[in-house]
Amino acid sequence: MTDQAFSDTLPRAGAGQSRALRIGLRWTLYAVLILFALFYLMPLFVMVTTSLKSLEEIRTGSLVALPRAVTFDAWAKAWSGACTGIQCEGVRPYFWNSVVLAVPAVAISTFIGAVNGYIIAHWQFRGANLFFALLLFGCFIPFQVVLLPMARLLGILGLAGTIQGLIMVHVIYGLGFTTLFFRNYYVTIPQELVRAAKIDGAGFFRIFWSIFLPLSLPIIVVTVIWQFTQIWNDFLFGVSFSQAGSQPITVALNNIVNSTTGVKEYNVDMAAAIIAALPTLLVYIIAGKYFIRGLTAGSVKG
Amino acid sequence: MSDWLGRQIPKILLAPTFLAVLVFVYGFIAWTAWISFTRSRLMPQYEIDGVIQYERLFAAPRWDTAMNNLYVFGTLFIVIAMVLGLALAILLDQHIRAEGALRTIYLYPMALSMIVTGTAWKWILNPGLGIEAMVRGWGFESFSFGWLVDPDKAIYTIVLAAIWQSSGFVMALFLAGLRSVDGEIIKAAQVDGIPTWRIYTAIIIPSMAPIFLSAFIVLAHLAIKSFDLVIALTGGGPGYATDLPATYMYAMAFSRGDLGQAASSAMIMMSVVFAIVVPYLYSELRAKHD
Amino acid sequence: MAPILEIRNVTKNFGTTEILKGINVAIEPGEFLVLVGPSGCGKSTLLNCIAGLEETSGGEILIGGRDMTHVSPKDRNIAMVFQSYALYPTMSVAKNITFGMKVRGVDPATQERKLKEVAAQLQIEHLLNRRPAQLSGGQRQRVAMGRALVRDPALFLFDEPLSNLDAKLRVEMRSEIKKLHARLGTSMVYVTHDQIEAMTLASKIVVMKGGVIQQIGTPSEIYNRPANVFVADFMGSPAMNLIPAKARANGGETRLEIARAGEPPLVLDHAAPAGLPEDVILGLRPEDIAEAGFRSGQQVQTVDCRIDMVEPAGADTFVVSEMGGKQVTARLHAETRARAGEHLPLSFDLGKASFFDPASGDRLN
Ligand SMILES: Nc1ncnc2c1ncn2[C@@H]1O[C@H](COP(=O)(O)OP(=O)(O)O)[C@@H](O)[C@H]1O
Ligand SMILES: [Mg+2]
Repeated sequence: MTDQAFSDTLPRAGAGQSRALRIGLRWTLYAVLILFALFYLMPLFVMVTTSLKSLEEIRTGSLVALPRAVTFDAWAKAWSGACTGIQCEGVRPYFWNSVVLAVPAVAISTFIGAVNGYIIAHWQFRGANLFFALLLFGCFIPFQVVLLPMARLLGILGLAGTIQGLIMVHVIYGLGFTTLFFRNYYVTIPQELVRAAKIDGAGFFRIFWSIFLPLSLPIIVVTVIWQFTQIWNDFLFGVSFSQAGSQPITVALNNIVNSTTGVKEYNVDMAAAIIAALPTLLVYIIAGKYFIRGLTAGSVKG
Repeated sequence: MSDWLGRQIPKILLAPTFLAVLVFVYGFIAWTAWISFTRSRLMPQYEIDGVIQYERLFAAPRWDTAMNNLYVFGTLFIVIAMVLGLALAILLDQHIRAEGALRTIYLYPMALSMIVTGTAWKWILNPGLGIEAMVRGWGFESFSFGWLVDPDKAIYTIVLAAIWQSSGFVMALFLAGLRSVDGEIIKAAQVDGIPTWRIYTAIIIPSMAPIFLSAFIVLAHLAIKSFDLVIALTGGGPGYATDLPATYMYAMAFSRGDLGQAASSAMIMMSVVFAIVVPYLYSELRAKHD
Repeated sequence: MAPILEIRNVTKNFGTTEILKGINVAIEPGEFLVLVGPSGCGKSTLLNCIAGLEETSGGEILIGGRDMTHVSPKDRNIAMVFQSYALYPTMSVAKNITFGMKVRGVDPATQERKLKEVAAQLQIEHLLNRRPAQLSGGQRQRVAMGRALVRDPALFLFDEPLSNLDAKLRVEMRSEIKKLHARLGTSMVYVTHDQIEAMTLASKIVVMKGGVIQQIGTPSEIYNRPANVFVADFMGSPAMNLIPAKARANGGETRLEIARAGEPPLVLDHAAPAGLPEDVILGLRPEDIAEAGFRSGQQVQTVDCRIDMVEPAGADTFVVSEMGGKQVTARLHAETRARAGEHLPLSFDLGKASFFDPASGDRLN
């Protein structure tokens, strides 16, 4: 070996050492990340496997074991036979309640939010900022503070315990966020665009219809997902303002799980929970990007 | 004339929302506030009778427990979720190969209803058949994990489930923040030979102060409103051990028929939220005007 | 002929801040009026008031002799081109251009004909089906012009239409706009902060500062006889030299003395008109200070000056010499023998000189 070669190896030895260290660190990094992934996945895994086991197997087997014999009995029962108190029709009617509730509530609150956002962003008038501030503060109230008067009002309007009543409640308290979403999106559309359209002779509705709506697809998706998730997952309004027959699925799920009649059927509970979670999970899987955008937009006010 | 009408259209269209907010938010708050100063029980009464409801509230041991629980739950939940979220964000920021998949996994609980989350964790934490039984099955016969039914520990199960649900969201917030730090500053630091951990502690994290603030606001807000999770996981029990202000309020309003207590506890909840949120929103709105 | 646009005493406040402080301008038919001034002086605000996009706080705006102060933009018979072009992002180029006609209910055949005409004029026929996002900056600019042209308005309004283009394209489009004006003969109001644009395009220039008109005049009036030190400094590049000097009566004449650091004062005999106050500011453009022997005339005086800096700029060479505490720039030939640190005789063409009052900044001669 020549001197030349030797002097070359020194730094390389150092580099080799740090490379080993780097690879070690890298492995640790991945190990930690995967460990956390397991932590987040574990409940879902347990839910799914439990829902596919028989009660007998649940009693004798381990929490995290895969089912020895897969059975969909629990799913069938959860869908159409589980008891939510005295009734034993499964979650099916409540699932449809939630659909019938969420679809119009999401559509109406998104539409009104779009018009509101458009006005606040581009048709400023005296007091518009004050209105926006009032709306924004309204987004943050704990709903407990409106529960009592709303229950009374629904009673007076004859909407107590009806799905229409719940739709109204969700629209009203969703408006703050939908308006905020659209307003924050529309302020990024340059004022000059509106001015050009005004010179072209377009008025309020024309500008909204021909220029803003065609640009709005991303924010509509974000808003619809946000509203759908909020309304589908809502429990407080559902449990406060519905009665047997008009309850949304979250309330039914809670009733099934906490019903004290008969033996505790964990597999049915888990199947019902998965059914209740499925729509929003699907939305998350299909349109995760927009879901996250909504979450961050809902938290970072701009 | 038609020009005048044209100029009024925005106001006319905004009016219903304006009225709705005025009535259903501020009007209702006022109604609740009013009721909280009366002797209302099952039915609302409108004669103001001082702060009797608040006196009753502060004298009630159950409310005391609820506020105490909120304090314990809120602190642990916010601190751990922030630390975990930040840690995960930084780890994910190291050019991880499967970043997209991992992000999806960390964040999916946020798509679930708290009721679903509560149901799942109730099953996992149940002493008879859940984790406790599983570990015992592995041969650790004396292992015991009964937090869910232990009045002193049950609150921690709620902390656990809440963190499971929300920390991925905090991660997403922080990750977005990390990614928005000016790349040139980081390159300059790298050229200067500053080690990676110093770049994080000295440059990146300090520049994310606004994100810490928003994460804090969102988490605090979640904590104060926490209701579904408690109902699904512990039902407020054992006894009243895991009551939170939200469940207290609900119990007073809908099972105890004590409107005065429900109203006064709701007002306290709102005061706590506003004490946190109002300065934040105020500064945000101010900043935008300048 | 009656003015096509008349602005009388227009004021505009945003909240309590007064942005426009009593603007009076009139434009004859066919004129090309350029509004020039530094950023934030209220040019766009004034243009938006003319267009009806902002309500004025006071005063009147007449277009084609009719009071349009409270008329909505679409009925003012104007067209406008914006700095950001403001093309409708979801519409094709053709739709962008015809949108206004469609809104007004022009029949489709006419829309088609006018679209063809304008597209041919601007050479954008091959772009008609593209979206704005698929166009280059220059192409967008043309489309924005096209959208204005199909209106056949009585008045064109331009708000810094070239400021988003690169330098070369800007010069090209500038001459196209000039040709367009020559061909159409329609009156135009053109806002810019670029004084070269103003000089090359305008038949009449309005210089604004802080919501107040500083001077109205032809480009040559503005350049040669600026109304105050602000206009003198703002118009022209490099800017006019503004040199503090003392005017001293010397027999029937007035002599100027300019202090110099480390040198005897610079004295110019028979330099100034009579009746000046003692303290004045002498305004002299760089091209009116030449190397000795290159400029002759009755009022040319040659003085020895120390050269502090030499800046070759291709066609010209700029030299800087300190006078009256100011860096005075002279525009010399490219092959000058000036060297930094040496002395050089410079000729001052005082026939071109402007004099300003140091206190008010107003022109004295
Ligand atoms: N809608 C508005 N509200 C408040 N101030 C404004 C508004 N529009 C413009 N201004 C202010 O008016 C001044 C003049 O603006 P502008 O006319 O856009 O100037 P420029 O001469 O650069 O076009 C600026 O100081 C600007 O901040
Ligand atoms: Mg401008």
